[in-house]
Amino acid sequence: MPVHFNEMYDGGYVRPPYARLGDWTESMPAELRHLKQAEAEALFRRIGITFAVYGEGGDPDRLIPFDMFPRVFTQAEWRRMDRGIKQRARALNAFLADVYDRAEIVKAGRIPAHLVWRNEAYEPAVAGIRPPRGVYSHIVGIDIVRTGPEDFYVLEDNCRTPSGVSYMLENREIMMRLFPGLFRENRIEPVDGYPEALRRTLASVAPQKCDGEPEIVILTPGPLNSAYYEHSFLADLMGVELVEGQDLFVEGEHVWARTTRGPRRVDVIYRRVDDAFIDPLCFRPESMLGVAGLMDVYRSGGVTIASAPGAGVADDKAVYVFVPEMIRFYLGEEPILQNVPTWQCGKRDELKYVLDHLPELVVKEVHGSGGYGMLVGPASTAEQIARFRERLVSDPGNYIAQPTLSLSTCPTFVEDGVAPRHVDLRPYCLVGERIELVPGGLTRVALTEGSLVVNSSQGGGVKDTWVLAE
Amino acid sequence: MIVTVEHATTYRYDRPVRGVVQSHRLTPARFDGQTVLAWHVAVSDGTPGGAFRDGAGDWVQSHSAHGPLSEITVTVTGRVDTRDLAGVLRGHRERIPAQAYLRDTAPTRPDKALTSLAREAVVGVEGDLDRAHRLCAAVAEAIAYRPGTTHAHTTAAEALSLGEGVCQDHAHALIAAARSQELPARYVSGYLGSDGDGEAAAEAAHAWAEIWVSGLGWVGFDAANGCCPDERYIRLGSGFDSRSASPIRGIARGEAEESLDVSVSVRAVQQQ
Amino acid sequence: MLSRTAENLYWIARYMERAEKTARLLEVGARIALMPGGVDGYRNEWDALLRASGTAEGFAEKYGDAVQRNIESFLFFDTDNPSSIAACVGKARENGRVVRTALTTQVWDALNTAFQELKALQRTPRSEVPLSHMVDWTLRHCAQVRGAIEATQLRNDNWDFLHLGYFLERGDNTARLLDVKYFVLLPRIDFVGSGLDNYQWATLLRALSAHRAFHWAYGGDVTAHKIAHFLILNPQCPRSLRTCAQGMSDHLDRLARGYQRSTPVQSHARTLLGELAEMTVEDVFEEGLHEFLTRYIGEVGRIGQLVGEVYLSGDVR
Repeated sequence: MPVHFNEMYDGGYVRPPYARLGDWTESMPAELRHLKQAEAEALFRRIGITFAVYGEGGDPDRLIPFDMFPRVFTQAEWRRMDRGIKQRARALNAFLADVYDRAEIVKAGRIPAHLVWRNEAYEPAVAGIRPPRGVYSHIVGIDIVRTGPEDFYVLEDNCRTPSGVSYMLENREIMMRLFPGLFRENRIEPVDGYPEALRRTLASVAPQKCDGEPEIVILTPGPLNSAYYEHSFLADLMGVELVEGQDLFVEGEHVWARTTRGPRRVDVIYRRVDDAFIDPLCFRPESMLGVAGLMDVYRSGGVTIASAPGAGVADDKAVYVFVPEMIRFYLGEEPILQNVPTWQCGKRDELKYVLDHLPELVVKEVHGSGGYGMLVGPASTAEQIARFRERLVSDPGNYIAQPTLSLSTCPTFVEDGVAPRHVDLRPYCLVGERIELVPGGLTRVALTEGSLVVNSSQGGGVKDTWVLAE
Repeated sequence: MIVTVEHATTYRYDRPVRGVVQSHRLTPARFDGQTVLAWHVAVSDGTPGGAFRDGAGDWVQSHSAHGPLSEITVTVTGRVDTRDLAGVLRGHRERIPAQAYLRDTAPTRPDKALTSLAREAVVGVEGDLDRAHRLCAAVAEAIAYRPGTTHAHTTAAEALSLGEGVCQDHAHALIAAARSQELPARYVSGYLGSDGDGEAAAEAAHAWAEIWVSGLGWVGFDAANGCCPDERYIRLGSGFDSRSASPIRGIARGEAEESLDVSVSVRAVQQQ
Repeated sequence: MLSRTAENLYWIARYMERAEKTARLLEVGARIALMPGGVDGYRNEWDALLRASGTAEGFAEKYGDAVQRNIESFLFFDTDNPSSIAACVGKARENGRVVRTALTTQVWDALNTAFQELKALQRTPRSEVPLSHMVDWTLRHCAQVRGAIEATQLRNDNWDFLHLGYFLERGDNTARLLDVKYFVLLPRIDFVGSGLDNYQWATLLRALSAHRAFHWAYGGDVTAHKIAHFLILNPQCPRSLRTCAQGMSDHLDRLARGYQRSTPVQSHARTLLGELAEMTVEDVFEEGLHEFLTRYIGEVGRIGQLVGEVYLSGDVR
């Protein structure tokens, strides 16, 4: 087994950002810890922040496990990530603006044409349409893993509607309530500016036909959606309406909300509904979640949809391989954050390598998400690997493979004390008139010993993420 | 040739609806084969919404009306000066690359029969253009023109197994066949002018396929008539299948049954 | 405000008030059941209650005989019964969850706590949940939700839609409870004025938490006239039809002022209030108590329908 980088203990020494947390855990008796843990759970339950997994059934009011041990970055570590994330968000948006316009990057041969044009997520309905400020993905979630003191890798990009930011905000709230002392002893950058920054970002991309203060709404599929809590939470903190498709309608050149005073014009829609469902007139005709005629209003400059339909063409795992190339092509810069080396199973020689090394690799579906449809070689039985091999061979173009990274660990409360568990990080970058990033993100932790899968749907939990002020 | 169009579509609802939203692709395409002399689209109720040119180069005009509403009529009248370009869509500006038209949609997904029809048609044939002609001929032969046996949601595969259909079915089948041979293909809706009341008059509101031919660009193929579009044709717009290329797409809010009444007359007159 | 939000707020209030009514019905039933039985021709009082709550058929299908334990299950726990306390609290909380952003933390907390405790109650052995506990539990949580609304919600249109729901449902419930007493519980007309009659009136007052208030206001014997006056016409009684009509009219007027637009629903509510303000209890009995109550329930239903058309459909222009 590889040696995993422990973010707190480095060869018996406590790394500086965690300096004050050693005493904190040592001085906390088990009873107090259990008491605090119960208190945290009660708080989560009371505010109603629960999590349901698509298709899994079970308790829709299940709590996502919260681990009280924070994850900490120094200011210097964060500065580098901040620059790298913003660089990436800029390049991804430049790519989207390009492929829906002249597609120079394809013409230049820097990305294979079929990866773009035959991609399910390429949306012809937005080709030739330039959204306000040329921004397609307004909220970019970038999943980052760490393997050493200086080694950060981008695992994947999320350009559509990355979820989880409410956990970033709530985890902080709960930690401040449970352990106010920690926040006096450590100088921690606040994250609570996120909702206002999001509102500012959305307002900055109001459509041409909007005069005056733009009316912003969040469009949700409804209370049965697993992220409904987040939708309503953000709407509340941003001071905007949370609407469902049935609350909106198209008339004339605009979209309107049904209100108790009559129709009210809507200018910017932060939608948490998938592309295929946002307009039954343009996409799936049977969709009950969307607004008929929305796409025509969007394409004629009457409303802004964030993120733009079709933004997903920038974030699938086959296109991911070319993000460093996008950074060089559009920005003329070298990538600050590295990609994980990736084999494209659609290529014959790379597939051969992957098949020969399955027990060491992580194999993922190109369009999959949420940790489904993936193989973690080292954690799988021979039988699981054999079954996965069949799927892989029958449709190689649908898979990519990566080395099993030795993800860093962070101390985590477990049954009998504190033990290292693997973590990743998802910061949320906002792109509008400016690019903004609050110092922090959502740290996901694989609660099972040795597990590398951090997805909440598969036994993952969350932590508060600290960026220390200078 | 001068082609004149009179086209009225009435949607009736058995109970009043709360509102209607429509998306119109009812304006002739801009390319070297046709020049609009006069063109007018009128809707019996409501207000026009936003309009724009989409990535396929088509002019889209949205329209909405609020209820209670029991019927709504869209009337198109116009005259277009046309030229025969042997089906080639010359001088048409668009943003979506041809390769994007290799994707399947539900009505154009090929089954085994369609794939083998396509494969056999092009055996030993070199060049996109000849291959496209062969595919068009094969589809024309495999599906006889007969109105009334297929419906709006019949797929290409279903029409082929039935062996008959109308222009929509021919276009879908040809698109599916072409894509199965890695030739980008798309659905075109428009008008077909005639001077009498024969078969062509029945297909006045017409549809055909376009196939991407390297070196030439998009070329129209009308498998229903076994030819390439000439000066009798007016091209409106294109899409991945009949639904996405539909001249009028609409949705009514309310719980009513919709019935449709169409009258269309397209006259082709030789210029003096 | 979104029409759908207004609708959800309105229904939070209606469901909570309905849960309260069901609890009060349970209490009436329990107290009347304590009466010495054996009155000739006297029907099972529980059965009468089911018919009063409009759920007798659903009950008979599922449980058969109207015995207390089944009735308790049906009225408290059974979510197949749309008026059961569990169903109402569940729906109120679901409506609340949907419009979480329109509620203060305290109101949401009160709704959610009721729901979570209910789930715990559902897991508790029935022998440990006596009827008095069910009733107290419900009244307490209904009061907590209402209290949180009073103490923390902004006095904006949210507030008006919540209160429209409360007053509409409450007026309807008071009228129905009164009707039950008069029309259903008492087996024969010659029981009027009898000990049983008076006992039932007193029970009704108790169920409406109005027993002591009544005595403060009227003193002396409990008579049908006094009670009718108290529960129908007295503006001091918090559950009287007059108070509810006043509440509806006030909140509708606030909406009309806020939105700078008056609609048929305002004039409808004002007419109803005007009538109740001028009526005497003699007028009520002259019309016939049952006939009067039926008419009142119809009027309230009409106002509910107009509120739906004008504010909740989102189709007004």
